[in-house]
Amino acid sequence: MSGSAAPGSSPVRPSAGLAARTWSVVAVPLVVTVLSVLLGAVIMLFSELLVPGHPFDWGLPLTAYGALVNGAVGRPEAIVSTLVYSTPLVFGGLAVGFGFKAGLFNIGAQGQFLVGALGAVMAGVALANAPAPIAITLAAIAGLVAGGIWGFIPGFLKAVSGAHEVVSTIMMNYIAVQLLAALVSGPLKVPRSPSPVTFDVGNAAFPIILGPNGHLGILLAVIAALFVWWLLYRTTWGFEIRSVGANRDAARYAGMRPKLITVATMTFSGCLAGLAGTSVLLGVTHTMTSSFGTTVGFDSIAVALLARSNPLVIVPAAVLFGGMRAGAGLMQIKAQIPVELVDVLQATILLFLVTSPVLRRVLRVSSPGAGQPGEDLGVASVDAQAAAI
Amino acid sequence: MDITPLVNGLYAIPLLGLVFQAIGYLVAVLPPNSSSIMSQATPLALAALCGVLCERSGVVNIGIEGTMLASAFTAWVVGVALNPMFSADPSPVFGITIPLLLALAAAILVAVAISALHAWLSISLRVDQIISGTIINIAAAGVTGYLDQLISKNSPAGAGEFVQFTPPAALTNLPGVGWIFAMFLEQGPIGMSVIVFIIGAQIWLFRSRWGLRTRAVGEHPRAAETVGIDVIRLRYRNVLIGGMFAGLGGAFLSIEATNSFQLGMTNGRGFIALAAMIMGRWTPIGAFASALLFATFLQLGQLINISPPGGDLGVVMGAIPAQFFDAIPYILTIVILAGVVGRSVSPAADGVPYERESAT
Repeated sequence: MSGSAAPGSSPVRPSAGLAARTWSVVAVPLVVTVLSVLLGAVIMLFSELLVPGHPFDWGLPLTAYGALVNGAVGRPEAIVSTLVYSTPLVFGGLAVGFGFKAGLFNIGAQGQFLVGALGAVMAGVALANAPAPIAITLAAIAGLVAGGIWGFIPGFLKAVSGAHEVVSTIMMNYIAVQLLAALVSGPLKVPRSPSPVTFDVGNAAFPIILGPNGHLGILLAVIAALFVWWLLYRTTWGFEIRSVGANRDAARYAGMRPKLITVATMTFSGCLAGLAGTSVLLGVTHTMTSSFGTTVGFDSIAVALLARSNPLVIVPAAVLFGGMRAGAGLMQIKAQIPVELVDVLQATILLFLVTSPVLRRVLRVSSPGAGQPGEDLGVASVDAQAAAI
Repeated sequence: MDITPLVNGLYAIPLLGLVFQAIGYLVAVLPPNSSSIMSQATPLALAALCGVLCERSGVVNIGIEGTMLASAFTAWVVGVALNPMFSADPSPVFGITIPLLLALAAAILVAVAISALHAWLSISLRVDQIISGTIINIAAAGVTGYLDQLISKNSPAGAGEFVQFTPPAALTNLPGVGWIFAMFLEQGPIGMSVIVFIIGAQIWLFRSRWGLRTRAVGEHPRAAETVGIDVIRLRYRNVLIGGMFAGLGGAFLSIEATNSFQLGMTNGRGFIALAAMIMGRWTPIGAFASALLFATFLQLGQLINISPPGGDLGVVMGAIPAQFFDAIPYILTIVILAGVVGRSVSPAADGVPYERESAT
């Protein structure tokens, strides 16, 4: 009863059989997704009881899921729309996952997203009439830098004073919301406009490269995933980041500087989340209103956890959640299920995911990891010293 | 002696004048609003108390935010559902009705259930406690958002709310100290009980056997187990009791401070409470004092909009966007974390899952 199998006592990993090894990798994500879909169906049936006046319909979950899938991949335009929804989630998932690799939990993706979009719109509006290649490049860099600054602050505070990044990044999220509201209803507002809205970014908008609305950001997101993978697994800096995440003290004795790595990781993580905001602003909205805000922050955490922070797995994980967001609208129209069901599904996926030690025992599959707590989430060991929150 | 010329002279010095004006503004505006400040502090103090109980036994709980949100929603929904079924008049004291009591009970029950989930994940499964808490926050935001969408289709009536106690005017009008009575007595039942819980928890934590054991388990679980303390059970118990306070704080938001539920209405209070707990050095009374400080800033953000200061100070503050004052509590949280955390020492085993020595 005292918990999952202790390190060392976990079943020996089967050395033979490709099928068995594949199963041990995919079993948990697969079972978790199936369980969540089933639980989602139960929730839908239950929620019919909350809205009186309709005859009870046992087939409602099927209708809803059908509409969800149809809205996500039913037509070529729907697939493009799924990719558009997935783009910020790839950047955001990379941001959160990159932090995990160094043992840092960047819950501030939401704030860095907003500030990144803010940086992109400020530069974009200023460069609206400049030649497109220059305008796009500079606006994207502005978004990247703005997000990086928003990630640097909590990273710096953590390195210097030990302020835990979880609380400080969350506070930075709330501050970002106020900053955005102050700027959009103040200096950035279109004069004499009835509602707070900025000018259009004009030439700085991402060009459409796919279908009706598939913008350049889709391509950039894939490149970013490859770049982060290369950075983490093929460079010295990536090795140091993973070493600090695996064991802070050992990394220090080996001559690395964990504090410097902390600041650099949080800054780079902020840059990635800033690009998420940039991709939405330059690719989709082109202007910013004071209600500019999405669920990208929370979704990114879910993506990173589901993909166990692996940069290449983050792409399909982001497409899964992006598809759910893209299809949710059709689900609401066809089955009168609020789009917020996607949030519930996401939460149940995460909940089942953290209970995977239990699932593994039930399914009798051994772990692909080293048998440590958190292995199923790909989160580096918690820095015990930093747990002071 | 008339000090007006002296005060005017002080006000005339630039910058120093602004400081004096600011102090004058605070002295003028804060005591009459002591009751509202206490109302702001109530959910913070209850959440911080939850944090103290969890972390003193070695469990980090950043899911307090989600726990409070879920119990705020539960209290409101149960109130809405039960209100039409009971027609009895509210009691003259606190406006207590049967639906409200049931709503409160349901809120606490839900909070304890969520805390049990956190305890199971972080103590038994030894999942990273921060991940577990974050998932609770995401799940609470998602589920309340979904259910709120469904329920608002029925355009529900109000859930009812606890009413503030009105202390005798003779007491609250006392010169000099009247505002203190107003602060603690001009409250609903939850707001008034906070100070009792805080003092009770302080005594319990530092003067009782259970308190001693809690601190021992938080500092050195292995040693505690050696002398026969059941570490796992004690951690479970503390997290569950802490959950009750988080539930109380959530219910306060939806059926005492207001009579409504809004999406994400906890607005980061669960996280600010953690900063208050750290600043209060993991003691209930310290956490309460820090919660009062945060509450003062939360309330000031509103007061500045309602009754802005006059004079030069008003001119200076008028030039600052209103959003800045709304952001102050969050900025303050970061500053306090960065400034205090180094000197404020957490329980040694805080956040470290405990694994029993294997039986031989």
